[in-house]
Amino acid sequence: MIHTGIGNAGHLFVIVSFVTSLLAAFAYFKASNSNEIGDQPWIKFARVTFYIHAVAIVGIVVSLFTIIYNHYFEYHYAWSHSSSTLPVYYMISSFWEGQEGSFLLWLFWHVVLGLVIIRTNKKWEAPVMTVFATVQAFLASMILGVVFGDIKLGSSPFMLMREVSSDPRYLINPDFVELDGTGLNPVLQNYWMVIHPPTLFLGFATTLVPFSYCIAGLWRRDFKDWIRPALPWAIFSALVLGVGILMGAYWAYETLNFGGYWNWDPVENAVYVPWLILIAAIHTMITFKKSATALKTSIILVISSFVLILYSTFLTRSGILGDASVHSFTDLGLSGQLLIYLFFFVAISIFICVRVWKDLPTSDKEASTYSREFWIFIGALTLVLMAFQVIVPTSFPVFNEIIELFGGISNIAPPANQVEFYSQWQLWFAIGIALLSGTGQFFFWNKMDKEKLIKAITPPIIISLLVAAIIFVIAKIYNPVYILILTAGTYSIVANSHILINLLRSKSYKLTGGSIAHIGIAMMLIGIMFSEGYSKPISLGTMTIKFELSDEDNSTNLILFLNEPKYMDRYEVVYRNELVKSSDVNGYVRKSMLDDSEDPFYKIVKQPIIKEGKVLANKGDTIYLSNPENTYYQIDFTDRFSGEEFTLYPRVQQNPSMGGGSMHSPDIRKEWNRDIYTYLSFTTLLEEDIDWGEKEEVELRVGDRFFVNDYVAEFKNLERIDKVNFIDLGPNDVAVKASIVIYGEENTEYLAEPLYIIKNNLVRRPPEVIKELASKITLESINPDKNTMTFGINTTQKDLIIIKALEKPHINVLWIGTFVMVVGFVIALRRRYIEFMRMRDKGLG
Amino acid sequence: MKKSSIIGIIVIAIALAIIISSAGDASSYVTFGEAREMAESGSTSKIHVVGELKKDVQGQVVGVNPSADRTSVSFVMVDDNGKEQTVFLDDPMPTDLLRSEKVVVVGAYKDDMFVADKVLLKCPSKYEETAL
Repeated sequence: MIHTGIGNAGHLFVIVSFVTSLLAAFAYFKASNSNEIGDQPWIKFARVTFYIHAVAIVGIVVSLFTIIYNHYFEYHYAWSHSSSTLPVYYMISSFWEGQEGSFLLWLFWHVVLGLVIIRTNKKWEAPVMTVFATVQAFLASMILGVVFGDIKLGSSPFMLMREVSSDPRYLINPDFVELDGTGLNPVLQNYWMVIHPPTLFLGFATTLVPFSYCIAGLWRRDFKDWIRPALPWAIFSALVLGVGILMGAYWAYETLNFGGYWNWDPVENAVYVPWLILIAAIHTMITFKKSATALKTSIILVISSFVLILYSTFLTRSGILGDASVHSFTDLGLSGQLLIYLFFFVAISIFICVRVWKDLPTSDKEASTYSREFWIFIGALTLVLMAFQVIVPTSFPVFNEIIELFGGISNIAPPANQVEFYSQWQLWFAIGIALLSGTGQFFFWNKMDKEKLIKAITPPIIISLLVAAIIFVIAKIYNPVYILILTAGTYSIVANSHILINLLRSKSYKLTGGSIAHIGIAMMLIGIMFSEGYSKPISLGTMTIKFELSDEDNSTNLILFLNEPKYMDRYEVVYRNELVKSSDVNGYVRKSMLDDSEDPFYKIVKQPIIKEGKVLANKGDTIYLSNPENTYYQIDFTDRFSGEEFTLYPRVQQNPSMGGGSMHSPDIRKEWNRDIYTYLSFTTLLEEDIDWGEKEEVELRVGDRFFVNDYVAEFKNLERIDKVNFIDLGPNDVAVKASIVIYGEENTEYLAEPLYIIKNNLVRRPPEVIKELASKITLESINPDKNTMTFGINTTQKDLIIIKALEKPHINVLWIGTFVMVVGFVIALRRRYIEFMRMRDKGLG
Repeated sequence: MKKSSIIGIIVIAIALAIIISSAGDASSYVTFGEAREMAESGSTSKIHVVGELKKDVQGQVVGVNPSADRTSVSFVMVDDNGKEQTVFLDDPMPTDLLRSEKVVVVGAYKDDMFVADKVLLKCPSKYEETAL
C-alpha cells in the first residue's frame, strides 16, 4: 500500500513554510520601515505568519519522521536512509543523514531561535526577524521540490520511490513497495551521530543571530546598540559550534582510523574557519565600547562568520569537493541554488555596509600599545590570519572550478600531507594566541603603562618558565617548537589563573568567564601538542620482509598470528578471537560458533554458548545481531611489568553503504596519561580473499580420528537434513550434513559441518571454513559400498591480523581543556545576557 | 611610521607568505607520464594520480602482489591516459583495493617504481548499483 497522504501533507507543509517565510519577511520589512514596536499592525501580521511558518516546519518534521518511523519504504528518503531493523535512536540520525533532512534540522533551529527573539526583544524584533525570515525562505526553497519548466527548485524529502527510481519494477507496478530500506550508513551508527549533527546545526543556526542584529543595526542606522543584544548570542554560537566541532572530532577519533581526531579534511576546515572568525568577532565586540575602530572590525567579522557558514554549506553540499574530501554530501543538483543563497547575502551585506560606512563613528586617535583594545585587536587579527591560512588551500577545488569556468585548465590538488601542511602554520598562530590571551587579560584591569605591565606580568612569566621547564625535563621534550608551545600554553594558564584568583578574591565571579575559557584553550593547545606531536606507533614489527624500496627498516605494523603472543611496548599481546556482538548472549561471541541464516540479522548457534558457567544459547538456537556488518578482533594485552591485563576489541565494519567497502575502527585503551589507539591494518575478512593450498583427501568412517592442519579432529556423525539455508529442497532432493569436531589450542573445540546436497540431480558441496584453524573441509563424496565418506581438506597460512597501535600521550588534557573552555563560555554568556536584559528592561534594548 | 601601518604591513606579509606556501605545497593531479617527467627533471614533490587497477579480459584484477609478510603491497595501476605503472605501498594491502573502481595514489617516483604514501579508494556506491 502506498501512503500518499502523509507525503502530500509533508509537501504541503513545505510549500506553506516557504510562502509564510516570504510573507513574514515582507511584513517585518514593512514594520521596520515604519519603526513599529510591539503590537502594531504589521508586526502583528508578521508574527502570525511566522507562527504559521513555525507550525509548518514542525509539520514537515513530524511528517518526515512518521514516514521513517513507520517504515514507509515507498518514500525514497525512508528507503535510502533507514531500514526496518533500525532502533529508534538511529531513526533520529537517519532523519538528518540526508541533505534534505539536515536542511530541515537547520530550518527547525532557526524557527526556535526566531521564536526566542520574538519573545525577548522589543525594538529589534522587526528588523532582525526580516533577516531571519529571508534566510528561512532560502532554506525552505532547498527542500521545496517544485519544478518550473526546466528549473527544479529544491529537493523534496517526500519523493516517492516511483518518482525517482528508474527501476522497471515501478513501471510494471506503480504500487510496488520495497520490503526494506538500505539502512543508515553503519559508520554513522554511533551515539555521537545522534547528538553531533543537531549541535553543529544549532551552531550554524545561531551565527544567524549576531548577523541579523548587525544587519538590522546598519540598516536602521543604529550603529552601536546592536552589539549589546548580539554579544550573548555570539558567545552562545561560538560555544555551541565549538562543542559541535569537538563532538565530530571525537567521533572521528573513535570511528575512523586516520590515527587522530583532526585530519584537516575540507569538511572539518569548513566549520573551523567560521568558528575562528566568530571568536575574533566576540573579542572585538567586547572592546567596542571604548574603541570606534573595533566597531568596524566587529561588523566585518560578524558578517564574515555568517557568510563563511554559507560558504561552508556550499562547499560540503554542492559536490565541488569531489575527490578532495571523504565525507561530503552527495550532489543533489542544488549547487546553483546554494550559490544564489551565498551571493545574495554577500551582496546584501556589502550593499548595506557601503551605504552607511562613511557615517560609522571613527576615531583618529590610535589605540595605545598599553590598551586592551590594541592587544585584542592584534589577537583578532591573529585569528583571522589563522582562518585565512586554512580557507585558502581548502578552496583549491573552487579555484579549479573557477579557472575552468573561464576556459583555463587547473589541476591543483590538496597538499600531499595535509596534517603536516596545516599544522606547521597553525601551531605558530596558536603560540601567538596563547601569549596574547595570557597578556591581554592584564589590560582589562586598569590603565597600564610600561612599568605597571612589567610588574604585573613578571611573576606569571617566571612561574610559567619554571613549570614549563619542569614539564619538558620530565616529559623529555627536546623539539624547540614544542618547547615553545608548551611554554606559551603554560604562560597562558598561569597568567589567566592569576587573573582568575584575583577575581575570585574580589568575589567578582561573574567576570571569570574570559580567564576560564582562556585556561581551557591553553590546556587544549598543550593536549594537542602532546597527543599529536608525540603520537607514536608502538606496534613495531621487527625484521619484516620488504621490497628494497621501503625507507624504514622497521614496519609500524605488527603481525599477530592467532594465539601466538608477541611483545609490543610494555605489553605481551595475543590475538585471540574473531567475534561478533549480540545482546542475546550478553556481548561478544566467536564468529565460528555461528552459522548464517537466511536473514543476515539472525545467526544459528552451532555450539552451546557458555559464559561464566551459564548457558546463554544452545545448539540450534537463533540469536539476533543488531549490526551483523561488524566484526571484532579480541586482542589480549598483558603488562609485562605489573601483570595487569586488559582486552581491546578493534572493529572491522563491512559497509554496504560504501559499496561493500570496509571500515577499520580502533579500540582505545584510556589511561590517565595516555590513550592506546589500536586498529587493524589488515585482515582476511572475506573468504574470497584467502589463498587456499592444495586439497588433500581423506576417507573416513563415523568415529574416526584424523588430522586437520595438525589439529586432532573427530568425525562425529552424518545425518540427513531436510532444510538447508539459501537452498529450496524439492521432494527428490537430498542433503546430508557431516559433523566434525576439531580440538584447537587452549582447549577450544571447533565444529565443522560440511554439507553434501543433491538438488535436481546436481551435486553441491558447501564446505565449512574454520578460519581460526586455517582450514576448509569439504564433504567430497559418500561411498555407500565401503560405508565411508571422503573429505577434502584445504589449509592456508595460519589466521593472522596485522595491527597498528599508536600511543597518544596526555590526550586527556585536551578533553579536560574542552570542558574548562565550555564552563568559561557559559559564565561569559550569562554575564552578557544579564547585561542585555537590564538594558532592555530600561527600554534601551 | 604609524603603528597601524606597521601592523598592516606585517599582516599583508603574513598573508602573502600563506598564499605562497599554499601554492608551493599544493600537490596536483597528473598522469604517470607527467609524474615521470617531473621526477626526471629532479622534482621530488608528491603528486596525485587518478586511475584504476589493471584488469585482464575477464575483468579480473591482475598485478597485485602483497609482500610475503603482507605488510606491504605492490600493484599495477592504469592512469586516465591508459599508461600502466607499478605502484608500491609500504602498508598492508587496503582491504577494498580489489573491489575499488577508482584509485587515487599520492606519492612520487623512485626510479622505476611509483612509491605511494597514501592510497585513496573509491568504491562503487550503493545508489549506482540500485539504478537511480
